[in-house]
Amino acid sequence: MTQSNLSPKPDAPDEPDISSLPVKLSVQDLNFYYGKFLALKNIGIDIPANRVTAFIGPSGCGKSTLLRTFNRMFELYPEQRAEGRILLDGEDLLASRGDVALIRARVGMVFQKPTPFPMSIFDNIAFGVKLFESLSRIDMEERVEWALKKAALWDEVKDKLPQSGASLSGGQQQRLCIARCIAIRPEILLLDEPCSALDPISTARIEELIAEFKTDYTVIIVTHNMQQAARVSDYTAYMYLGDLIEFGETEQMFFKPRRRETEDYITGRFG
Amino acid sequence: MSAFAEPRRLWSNALADRLFGGLARGAALLTLASLAGIILSLIIGAWPAIREFGPGFLVHNAWDPVREDFGGLVMIYGTLMTSAIALLIATPVSFGIALFLTELAPAWLKRPLGTAIELLAAVPSIVYGMWGLMVFGPVLARYVQQPLQALLGGAPMLGALVSGPPVGIGILSAGIILSIMIIPFIASVMRDVFAVTPPLLKESAYGLGATTWEVVWRVVLPYTKTGVLGGIMLGLGRALGETMAVTFVIGNMNQLGSLSLFEAANSITSALANEFAEAAPGLHQAALIYLGLVLFLITFTVLVCSRLLLLRLQRNEGKRA
Repeated sequence: MTQSNLSPKPDAPDEPDISSLPVKLSVQDLNFYYGKFLALKNIGIDIPANRVTAFIGPSGCGKSTLLRTFNRMFELYPEQRAEGRILLDGEDLLASRGDVALIRARVGMVFQKPTPFPMSIFDNIAFGVKLFESLSRIDMEERVEWALKKAALWDEVKDKLPQSGASLSGGQQQRLCIARCIAIRPEILLLDEPCSALDPISTARIEELIAEFKTDYTVIIVTHNMQQAARVSDYTAYMYLGDLIEFGETEQMFFKPRRRETEDYITGRFG
Repeated sequence: MSAFAEPRRLWSNALADRLFGGLARGAALLTLASLAGIILSLIIGAWPAIREFGPGFLVHNAWDPVREDFGGLVMIYGTLMTSAIALLIATPVSFGIALFLTELAPAWLKRPLGTAIELLAAVPSIVYGMWGLMVFGPVLARYVQQPLQALLGGAPMLGALVSGPPVGIGILSAGIILSIMIIPFIASVMRDVFAVTPPLLKESAYGLGATTWEVVWRVVLPYTKTGVLGGIMLGLGRALGETMAVTFVIGNMNQLGSLSLFEAANSITSALANEFAEAAPGLHQAALIYLGLVLFLITFTVLVCSRLLLLRLQRNEGKRA
């Protein structure tokens, strides 16, 4: 068996078929351009609610690009453009004329590298909350504690909340960024290679968090680490050169891929 | 016997290394030496005045070469006030320019606009002075001072601030001209430090749903505070030391009777430029050198204060472990 080095959770309950699950995010006929370069080609995918969906593929396949359309982050760069539909609970967020900030409050994002803001640990969490809610001091303290507990960081930082976020270790900083993200109570969590700058122990802690998060959130993770996708995700999508090659249950993707290209990539024949 | 020769440093490399190290150290020491030399020669030159007037020179309001009674209060006030006005105007404007150039401007506009602002720095200061005296001053008197006088003339405190003949020279004109002169410096430093803020940091803030203003004000500005403050200090240093443009528009009158922003006044640099050539060796010249020393000390104090401010900002951000 060629996949013996991969170990999709052996005790995982059998996931139901994708088509039977409620859809949180539905991508339809999505094309994406960097200037004239077509980076995503006619992507269509239904991402199930309250599950972890992983995007894998070699560098430059468009997985991060796809993730950045889900919160319209690409709009910061004028030469980037998306065409098609991305339905969040049935509402097209690309066509939405409303405030893009409200979309980003519902679709939180964590990045490749930890990016603590130049302020205290407490303010790092409170910053996002204050954008949308005006809480009393006590409510805010409660919210910060809740978010830090959710990100399994509370015990490590509860005595140094006034200290700079930059004083934490890399792994702690990344959990701070996750806490900051969930503090505004999003519905979807986008994780863009969240462990690529972390050591194995920090990576393991974040992966534990991801497993816990799916009860509350729809988690979408981009990773260049196939083992990670196998460990944390319920569903996996394989992308190559801007095409979505295959999407299915993680176990099936890793053990019985339907497409030859997926198998080649997963077994390490290229990539 | 080993097949490889022992690694040995080439003689010429070692020499070049020592030479380079020595040159670099020499350059650094030369800076220190010239700084010390300038302070020393200023103190020596000003000594007769220092002995005569002591530190009271700083707060003594008199400038009488005939009776040899000198005090720097008028010029010190003029220098501080014009620079304060310049900074008050230039800082927010520069921040706006930098914000626009880095976050808001369409790509095709960024380069030409950035260049245009840098070109402002290339205008010779005497041109600013002439323009200030002949064009800007009269406009200021006609369209700002006169309406203000009509509006505030009766008011007790404010009325005094705008009193005086509407000729368009004085503290305010000098301050505004100075602000135009230092905007390119502050704006280009701010733009450069804003531009090197990691995109990921900005994206994280945008990703939480922050607006451009919130991202720049709450994240980019604190992240770049050292550079921003450095830019402001660069501008302030220039404003304190600027001579030609100020001489043209400040009026060169040693008076402090009226605190009006529109009344002719004097600044340290302007007094030096106007009087130094004619000053007789002796107490007059020493008093002028004393003024130069004071200007030096002001600049130094400003620098120290900015360092302290920076430390304090860092403490507010939260201690680093």
